[in-house]
Amino acid sequence: MKKAHIFVMAIIAVAIAIITSTAGDASVYVSFKEARERAAEGNLTKVHVVGRLPRDGQKNIMGLEYNPTLDPNYFAFTLVDTNRIAQRVVYFNPQPQDFDKSEQVVITGAMRNDIFVADKILLKCPSKYVEKDIKGATAAR
Amino acid sequence: MLNTFIGNAGHLSVIVAFVAASVAAYSYYMAARGRALGDTDAAWLRIGRGAFLVHAVAVISVIACLFGIIHGHRYEYYYAWSHSSNHLPVYYMISCFWEGQEGSFLLWIFWHVCLGLILLRASKRWEAPVMTVFAGVQLFLTSMILGVVLGDLKIGSSPFILLRDFMPDLPVWKTNPNFVPEDGTGLNALLQNYWMVIHPPTLFLGFALTLVPFAYAVAGLWKREYTKWVRPAMRWTLWGGLILGVGIMMGAYWAYETLNFGGYWNWDPVENAVYIPWLVLVASLHGLVLWQRSRTALRTSFVLVIATFLLILYATFLTRSGVLGNASVHSFTDLGLSGQLIIYLAAFVVLSIALLVGRWKQIPVSDKELTTYNPELWVFVGATVLCLGAFQVLFTTSIPVYNAFLGFVGIKSNLALPADQIAHYTKFQLWMGVAVAFLSGLAQVMWWQKNDKASLTNTLTVPALLTLLGAALVILLVQYYGHKMEPAYIVLLTTALFGVLANVSMVFTLMRRKVSLSGGGVAHIGIALMLLGILASAGYSNIISQNVSGLLYSREFDQTTNQDNVLLWRNDPAPMGPYDVRYTGQYFDVPGVPGYVDKQLLFRTADEYKALARADIKRGDELYYKAGDTLEILPENTYYRVEYQNRETKEKFVLYPRAQVNEQMGGLLASPDIKQFLDHDIYSHISAVPPIDQEKDWSEVKEHVLSVGDTIVLNDYIAVFRGVGPAHQTAGLGLGKDDLAIQGDFLVYGEKKQYHVHPVFVVRNRLIGRVPDEVEDLGLRLSFLNVDPQQGKFTFGVSTTQKDYIILKAVEKPFINLLWSGTLLMAVGFGMALYKRRRETEATAVTEPAGSARPRPVVPQPRQVA
Repeated sequence: MKKAHIFVMAIIAVAIAIITSTAGDASVYVSFKEARERAAEGNLTKVHVVGRLPRDGQKNIMGLEYNPTLDPNYFAFTLVDTNRIAQRVVYFNPQPQDFDKSEQVVITGAMRNDIFVADKILLKCPSKYVEKDIKGATAAR
Repeated sequence: MLNTFIGNAGHLSVIVAFVAASVAAYSYYMAARGRALGDTDAAWLRIGRGAFLVHAVAVISVIACLFGIIHGHRYEYYYAWSHSSNHLPVYYMISCFWEGQEGSFLLWIFWHVCLGLILLRASKRWEAPVMTVFAGVQLFLTSMILGVVLGDLKIGSSPFILLRDFMPDLPVWKTNPNFVPEDGTGLNALLQNYWMVIHPPTLFLGFALTLVPFAYAVAGLWKREYTKWVRPAMRWTLWGGLILGVGIMMGAYWAYETLNFGGYWNWDPVENAVYIPWLVLVASLHGLVLWQRSRTALRTSFVLVIATFLLILYATFLTRSGVLGNASVHSFTDLGLSGQLIIYLAAFVVLSIALLVGRWKQIPVSDKELTTYNPELWVFVGATVLCLGAFQVLFTTSIPVYNAFLGFVGIKSNLALPADQIAHYTKFQLWMGVAVAFLSGLAQVMWWQKNDKASLTNTLTVPALLTLLGAALVILLVQYYGHKMEPAYIVLLTTALFGVLANVSMVFTLMRRKVSLSGGGVAHIGIALMLLGILASAGYSNIISQNVSGLLYSREFDQTTNQDNVLLWRNDPAPMGPYDVRYTGQYFDVPGVPGYVDKQLLFRTADEYKALARADIKRGDELYYKAGDTLEILPENTYYRVEYQNRETKEKFVLYPRAQVNEQMGGLLASPDIKQFLDHDIYSHISAVPPIDQEKDWSEVKEHVLSVGDTIVLNDYIAVFRGVGPAHQTAGLGLGKDDLAIQGDFLVYGEKKQYHVHPVFVVRNRLIGRVPDEVEDLGLRLSFLNVDPQQGKFTFGVSTTQKDYIILKAVEKPFINLLWSGTLLMAVGFGMALYKRRRETEATAVTEPAGSARPRPVVPQPRQVA
């Protein structure tokens, strides 16, 4: 066998290693139901959950808990996933400042006991890039 | 006043640019078709040139129109309205261009035009085929901003769309179709940074530069000139490697300085999208070098040069089609161009790969087998490692694409990017770094000498010994300072040190021969230093803001929780790592005054951008504003002054991490402030502040009836009521001559200093008004409630609030300067290589004057088919 062939085979081997390892590392989007099932099975790998924040009649978010003067690294909230299952989530970081304005929230983490411990929060703000109204546009000039 | 002329002129220019690019592509194609390289149809060539020049003029005109719209604050246009505002300085108006997708396409088109014009003069006999590719690319790019609707088909998105056409549902158009908003919504605050003025143009110039070698490679394949394209392609690839590399690192520095994720690289898909082509570009550069030196790796060069450009197109598709969706924080919004982008990408992939496959057998290969003593072998292995590294990032970054594709064919996929991206990428990229550092050292040493066992051992002994010594020393030092060192880190440290030392020894040897030869060595030293900098600053970044208050909210999980942020009460010092840290208040940027100005010295007016000075604003002896002066402020940013004092050395420094209240972006955007020392950075940013958009929660007003000279206790502070006088700060009240304003004068003794408080009592048109005065430092507000002139008694209302605080995160980043200085060295190395090759071309120009003076008919030579 020529050296070139060994070389090519080594490259292919590394490429396959990369692919399988990436497949192993890749996370999934799940519902809270599935996240709980995974935790019950002892599977502690981190998952992504997409959800919305429950709001009351005045559009205020319900169940936000952040008291920086007590502990600046504890933020808890309730998230309702796409199957309308609500789940208490804890995030050991300060509350993201634009949190209450976001429509959709993506969290990464895993269930621990009855609580979903999130280590990353990604917010989708409705007006992040495309504005929908113009200030002062009602006053016709 | 609605001005449609400038927009129509711009839109017309886009259409002209598009048509001219099509004509140029066709004419250049016809000029070169069926003929050998250098032999062109003169008539078609003339049309092609003319069309490209028309295209260039049209593109310039598009840019001029768009800049005119932004600069003239013509908010009837959506682009100006959504990307700029009245208060934006001119240099940031340039940034408005690339905030939007259309503008950044325009920037890319512009660079292609510039490069095209250079090639028009410089490419000589390559002109027709190379410009065919160029004009073809321009045809696609201009179609992206065409903004033409044919039936149901929308081609491109025009930057010249009017607001009323963009948002036709607004009720205002019914009452006033000529409505023009008074102000734009402004440039994204995070982009208002000098790096953002130069980083995107640099990056897009890098993008554009990859087109040139690609065009040469395609031209070479098309005209069956499989070797001559290498020399010109080589220089352009060097330029591309330099500019793209520097552009990527500028973006990293911007992220470090402006964003608050705590570093310079986040493995965001948008960052990866440019990192991948750069790796492949550098690999292709090595392929070209191998061909020039030892007539090998030509096929590899073809593949890699073409792959680089295709990966740039893929990056464009990733960041602009909206396919990333949730996966990226900062990709562009979807403009509905995905279809067009896929066609663009597919066209170039299919055409270039078909061409490559069709000509594959004809590309010369060398028969000689490389041995371990050939540096070529190690360079080739290095290039392969770069490609594998690129492949790894590409494979993971494309996960959202797999989802989209599977969704398109009807399979529901819920695959997500790895939850811990940093760990995932580091796992591979660290070993790529190891291989690159080691091979760059080894191959560089072998490159410049004749190799056999004896000579190789001879040259490698000194660097290898020094490396082992140095690595041992560093490992001991690291352990001495109480850090652990994982085996992987030890390997990276050792190989990177070897990369530095072997290259340094080579550069010294070369300097004796000829300095200009050492460009490669210098660039490799830079890369190895960058690896060391990354290892130190990312592997050993140390969060010093550990919460030590002892208060724990988290009842559920006691041990493993993150305590990375501390709460700092205003003016209360707190220990943090080796420092005592104190937050002392909020500051503003006042143009013309060095440093920042205490918010308590400023009286805000109805105009956000204006304030009154409450006291003299001085720096040293120089007086900038007197009390009562109106001054301009930049209200977007609030700077939080944080004092650091080292407990041991008593050394002091002050950081001003900033935060912007930004309604459109939703909330508060924090940017860090960084104190740079030679061997580490202290990086700190605000994580949270008390809610800004809500009114403060004041306690109920407590009334005090006082006579002049009385002393009272307010919110635990001693205060003396010193008297009543005519009010000074009446400029904001708009008083007439019959009106009366008096103010109380209090002196409050705070922890650190004394505060003068002046609540004002106004009688205007027989109506009583009160202007309270607030001491933010103390959480105290006084208002002047009533006057009893008979008894000489005055009533004041006192209310208190929670003291101001910030939540801060501070990180120590050791030896991050190695990364930046490594980047500079790498750039210098690229520059030296370019300089050397500039001389080469001149030399060839002297020896073959005919070749450059006028096109010479070239007889196609039958080539040996390998």
